[in-house]
Amino acid sequence: MEAYRQTKGRIFDIQKFSIHDGDGIRTIVFLKGCVLRCRWCCNPESQEYPIQTMVVAGEEKIIGRDVTVDEVMKTVEQDRPYYYRSGGGLTLSGGESLCQPEFARDLLRAAKEDGINTAMESMGCAKYEVIESILPYLDHYLLDIKHMNPAKHKEFTGRSNELMLENARKIAGSGQTRLSIRIPVIPTFNDSEEEIRAIARFSKELHNVEKIHLLPYHRLGQDKYDGLGREYLMKDIVPPKAEHMEMLKRAAESESGLVCQIGG
Amino acid sequence: MGLYQYEISDIKKTARIDRLIANLFAKMPEIESARARLITESYKQTENEPIIMRRAKAFAHILENIPIIIRDDELVVGSSTIAPRGCQTYPEFSYEWLEAEFDTVAGRSADPFYISEEAKREIKEADSYWKGKTTSELATSYMEPETLIAMEHNMFTPGNYFYNGVGHVTVQYEKVLAIGYEGIRAEAEKRLAECDFGDGDYARKARFLQAVIISCDAVIAYARRYAKLAKEMAAECKDAARRAELLQIGANCEKVPAKGAESFYEACQSFWFVQQLLQLESSGHSISPGRFDQYMYPYYEADRKKGTLSKEFAQELIDCIWVKLNDLNKCRDAASAEGFAGYSLFQNLIAGGQNGDGVDVTNDLSFMTIQASMHVQLPQPSFSVRVWNGTPHEFLVKAAELTRTGVGLPAYYNDEVIIPALVNRGLTLKDAREYNIIGCVEPQKAGKTEGWHDAAFFNMCRPMELVFSQGRDKGVQVGVVTKPVEEMKDFEEFYGAYKEQMNYMIKLLVNADNAIDVAHAERCPLPFLSCMVDDCMERGLSVQEGGAVYNFTGPQGFGVANMADALYAVKTLVFDEHKATLKEFKEALATNYGKGLTKEMVQDMTTQIATSLKEAGQEIGEKEIAAIMKTVIETSEMPSVKENGERLLKLIDQVPKFGNDIPEVDAFARDVAYTYTRPLQEYRNPRGGIFQAGLYPVSANVPLGAQTGATPDGRLAGTPVADGVSPSAGKDVNGPTAAANSVARLDHYIASNGTLFNQKFHPSALSGKEGLEKFVALIRAYFDQKGSHMQFNVVSRETLLDAQKNPEKYKHLVVRVAGYSALFTTLSRSLQDDIINRTEQGFGA
Repeated sequence: MEAYRQTKGRIFDIQKFSIHDGDGIRTIVFLKGCVLRCRWCCNPESQEYPIQTMVVAGEEKIIGRDVTVDEVMKTVEQDRPYYYRSGGGLTLSGGESLCQPEFARDLLRAAKEDGINTAMESMGCAKYEVIESILPYLDHYLLDIKHMNPAKHKEFTGRSNELMLENARKIAGSGQTRLSIRIPVIPTFNDSEEEIRAIARFSKELHNVEKIHLLPYHRLGQDKYDGLGREYLMKDIVPPKAEHMEMLKRAAESESGLVCQIGG
Repeated sequence: MGLYQYEISDIKKTARIDRLIANLFAKMPEIESARARLITESYKQTENEPIIMRRAKAFAHILENIPIIIRDDELVVGSSTIAPRGCQTYPEFSYEWLEAEFDTVAGRSADPFYISEEAKREIKEADSYWKGKTTSELATSYMEPETLIAMEHNMFTPGNYFYNGVGHVTVQYEKVLAIGYEGIRAEAEKRLAECDFGDGDYARKARFLQAVIISCDAVIAYARRYAKLAKEMAAECKDAARRAELLQIGANCEKVPAKGAESFYEACQSFWFVQQLLQLESSGHSISPGRFDQYMYPYYEADRKKGTLSKEFAQELIDCIWVKLNDLNKCRDAASAEGFAGYSLFQNLIAGGQNGDGVDVTNDLSFMTIQASMHVQLPQPSFSVRVWNGTPHEFLVKAAELTRTGVGLPAYYNDEVIIPALVNRGLTLKDAREYNIIGCVEPQKAGKTEGWHDAAFFNMCRPMELVFSQGRDKGVQVGVVTKPVEEMKDFEEFYGAYKEQMNYMIKLLVNADNAIDVAHAERCPLPFLSCMVDDCMERGLSVQEGGAVYNFTGPQGFGVANMADALYAVKTLVFDEHKATLKEFKEALATNYGKGLTKEMVQDMTTQIATSLKEAGQEIGEKEIAAIMKTVIETSEMPSVKENGERLLKLIDQVPKFGNDIPEVDAFARDVAYTYTRPLQEYRNPRGGIFQAGLYPVSANVPLGAQTGATPDGRLAGTPVADGVSPSAGKDVNGPTAAANSVARLDHYIASNGTLFNQKFHPSALSGKEGLEKFVALIRAYFDQKGSHMQFNVVSRETLLDAQKNPEKYKHLVVRVAGYSALFTTLSRSLQDDIINRTEQGFGA
């Protein structure tokens, strides 16, 4: 077996039949560890790299396991007939996949070698060299952009956004991968028309963007905060209304001239 | 798809269709007595005639005298009852159950029927003639005592044909559309003229052909009664538009089905009389219209070319037929009603697929049939689509749109499996390519087959119970005496004992089915049905007597997933890992894993113990029985029993289960399914055909599960058995693709009477055009792996509410909302409420 297939990494879930995260029917591999601490994060168990215990439906569950690229690919391989029929494949998510650069790269490489389409959900929050090493194996970059204002970004996610925006420009400029921009729409953070328009404008200026996705905030991660013994800071926030999402979609479309959709 | 351009435009439903539906469902269905009275009158006058003539004359007498009605707004007419969705009774098959249920039939939970005192009286009076004359009584006397005992102990249930007509057929609708019953009558006349008094088969053949002639005349006369009624109603009708409609109906019924149809509208009316009267002749269910889009297309195409038919009117006529298919109804006994719940007649109608040459023949009507099911949103017809590598993509997308409405239709069938499976059973390649589906999932070649497709429910869990009791049930030796489980040395011995019990029960099942088969041939041959199935006219035999080209008997097994998981758990825990013993399993099963015994279980065990004590020579009186009962209850509540049960359930839970894409477990399940499908195909039926297995339960996995004790897969006593070839509820935890991969690993070719695979989805999984595309890809990918059938329940709000109440039933329910998915039951109450509130919004978003 090639050495890169034995690269080890840490994941906390593999989810098959994912149909809202890239083209076709996909298998998502969730890598553990993240650089940001978004208050609304629906996968709080993804944030810490160390293996954790979380209470799920009243029972303690170990979150996180160490696996090799080859082990993951055995699972990914099982749904090949569905990728073939739907144009789907493997999606890396997290956490931030770039926190485990070798593992992410080698997973994507293995998938490409095996003829499986690849995508990655990521904030682009790493040194560009890391991203550059991954791009040859990535068919579709699903890049999160949360806010254009550095201060507000820092307040809600724990980090400023300059590096990520700079990387976005470089990724777009590389021409090596399809690029979609994903915007989580979070009430009290970025759900005003002006804030969404700013991101849409930036997306337009990147030139190579294929599509913008507006992902409405949801509370489905709330239970997990309890399970981890953490406080959920967003508990008073209500998901945005469908009409509001439609308005933002129209705004983003007119600002960017790009195709926008609500949801993944 | 290249050459052919489909004219697909969504046509709006007319207000007429809504009114027809409202009228149809305004009241509880009703049982009427006319047929029972008329058939009895006729039978009394034909006592000494050949049975085939008696059947034809009775059919004619019924059609001449049964009350007829044209309902408001109808364009296609023909009703077997005055009350909408009413039903007639068929005492020639069985009658006792109905009399016994006269006073409860209106109040029962599954499929209630209203019955008037007058109807009760008339039916009762008619029934008094039938004592000793029914098919079910004759069938019983053809069965061996062992078979009757096994049936009494619910080892298998051939109740369907035991108490009713067979149905389960698709006839040559195209022949009636083309030449009418005058044409078929002329064919019978010609054949009769060619017969010679000296021919060895003259006696039966001549009477059969005469019976066909009587039947054709009867149907023609019946249609003319409608023609007359329509004209009379037109004369009195004040509304000019309706008057014109009634005059057109009159003209149609004057002409068809006597003569060949010359327009699409006439073809619709002609089709309907065939469909309605087949039901009235025999009471069988699953009389399936089959490839409606194919045999109706020439009439549609011709009218469209001539410019005499608008697409809108064609759609309205199809919609009218869809509503009419729900007008036919059937009252079953209370137990069967639970097994076939939902007033279902299983009139399967299929669109798309190939012709005999292997060319895809999806056409505009195929799309319009999907549209009709979207318009009416009713359970009938049981709508299906054929899928193969050459199926146009837009056709499947349209079908997926129907799935998304949550009506549970269509069912998808895989040509790539079914055609070779039928060829393997002796059909020509041409015939196999033209297959359609009967009833639930059973393929056959229309107009050539007597498939006896729904021949019995065979519960694969019951023989497992016999393994632990050495073949005894409630103190009676029902199965084979196999070795006590405590003495079994290896897994092969255990599995061998299961196979031995299976083989024996399969043999008894064959005995039961063949006895019933003979009874139908001797007491209820059907001349009207038979004149539309080859080669009955040529051979001069009804389908019941073996007149069809292809003859099968297809009893359906269910519980594959339970037995796969059970046998795998025993193998792993007892023989591979030595974590438990068969003695512990035996105790746990007898005490329902310490989860409490139902009253019925206590009684069964008491009888079991009392009988063995008696056999050992002990005196057992009432006092002793009471003592045994007390011991049984006390034992089941002992802490050690509860502990053992709890421990075993935990161990079983950790053993891998079927449905999770684990090759080793799935291969095991494939082998377990063979314990039913392989022995069965070695048997023959009295019509000269073979047995072929189906693997599907209709809805009987629930009521028959209620009569099944605990099983070694951790399933508790009385709970449902797995549905079709689907994994056990809640045991598939890796999502729909993993479940589909596992199910595809079963051998679907050998289960040539059909397999049934159900999946559940949240509507948002199908939202938008993209959702439909991905859904189509899921079907295609399952079919690439040679699954045979797939159907979907798109989860409704009601289901989610039920999942809140009964989370254990829905452990595997994945909900997907806005880019996120979760196991519904693991979410907190408030979040579940959130999702429930969003469910309806998922549609088409």
